Amino acid sequence: MNGSTGERKTISFTLNGESVSMEVTARERLLDLLRYRLGLPGTKEGCGEGECGACTVLWNGLPVDSCLVPAFQAEGRTIETIESVDPAALGPFHEGGATQCGACTPGVVITARWILDNPGLLKTHTVRELMAGNLCRCTGYDGIIESIEAALDTQGGN
Amino acid sequence: MPIAGGTDLLVDWHHRLGAEEKTLLDLSRLAPQRSLEWTRDSLTLGALTTYWDVIVNRQARKEFPLLESAARQVGAIQIQSRGTWAGNIGNASPAADGVCVLMAYDATVLLASVDGDEEVPLSDYYLGYKRSRRRPEQLIRSIRIPRRRTTAQVFEKVGARRAQAITKVGLAICRSEAGWRVVAHSVAPTVRRCPSLEALLEAGAQISSPADLLPAIRQDVAPIDDLRSTAVYRETVLSRLFHSAVADRGIGRRDEP
Repeated sequence: MNGSTGERKTISFTLNGESVSMEVTARERLLDLLRYRLGLPGTKEGCGEGECGACTVLWNGLPVDSCLVPAFQAEGRTIETIESVDPAALGPFHEGGATQCGACTPGVVITARWILDNPGLLKTHTVRELMAGNLCRCTGYDGIIESIEAALDTQGGN
Repeated sequence: MPIAGGTDLLVDWHHRLGAEEKTLLDLSRLAPQRSLEWTRDSLTLGALTTYWDVIVNRQARKEFPLLESAARQVGAIQIQSRGTWAGNIGNASPAADGVCVLMAYDATVLLASVDGDEEVPLSDYYLGYKRSRRRPEQLIRSIRIPRRRTTAQVFEKVGARRAQAITKVGLAICRSEAGWRVVAHSVAPTVRRCPSLEALLEAGAQISSPADLLPAIRQDVAPIDDLRSTAVYRETVLSRLFHSAVADRGIGRRDEP
């Protein structure tokens, strides 16, 4: 695709379980597509350069920074944003002091959900390492890590 | 310009696309290129193989632990899931963690074009800062890593923090039947092998302090002051990383099995 002439391309992908089809240009980022064209502002822009993880979404089941994904690559992919998360699942976050100002929270919750959906990851990784791509300037991280561990315990006990 | 995971290209996306006409060649749909292929003699990574693909591969973790080590430190999962080994080579940054460990394993780069394939040792691949032997019409098709019996291997990276940080000073050391390999990154215009440090290890030289290493380090690398660090910090830390790996951990001792 050509970056400067505004060439458009129609792409189709699955977003939070629903099929979406739309035109994109070469220069659009997935983050902007979600927030400004699809009306899903839950995904936040923090640094815009892949450092902070506020814009984390699941891309074919793996966490990615949506600020670093060109929108045209979404063709045929499955994308899940914070809007797909059941608010009732956030209980451990409220109870464990895992959120304060909230800027990082959507990204943190998406990465946490990936861990909760794939507990086998903990055979080779710690929760802290898996969460290392989500910066939080309020909580000092312990509340986040402990809340995820509590959710894993609850999940394991079910 | 070819694009795969986009973790380098999108960092300054708006400036880059606005400034000049660029046609993007999207490689991300070439699914078979996201592979790890084993033969008796080598492991071949496809053009689209990501850091995460290697991290979750038990055989790769076991045989090439430095690949896992670099992949886990290059960035967190959000980068590991999208960033590719071939992209790390193609971006040609002197701070490339993936390139450092691939070079320590004597990897070669397979370049493909309509004129045919060309295989280039990674240690000869770079010509200067952000410059490589890859011609504009060539694409990186795969990366081949020889399978060898290794008796010592180390990867050390120093950044501003442990996750999602670009390397200020980095070092990989590997010893196999092919000899010692020492590769440093973020301390020269390219990731590069360090022949003087390799010679010290081959000779089994006694290294009593990090300062003893500075003459060899100054022959091998040329660190600069930039936004991430200073030349003095870089050569000092490189000497300590090397000393710690070799002296404290004893990987250079001749009596080692």
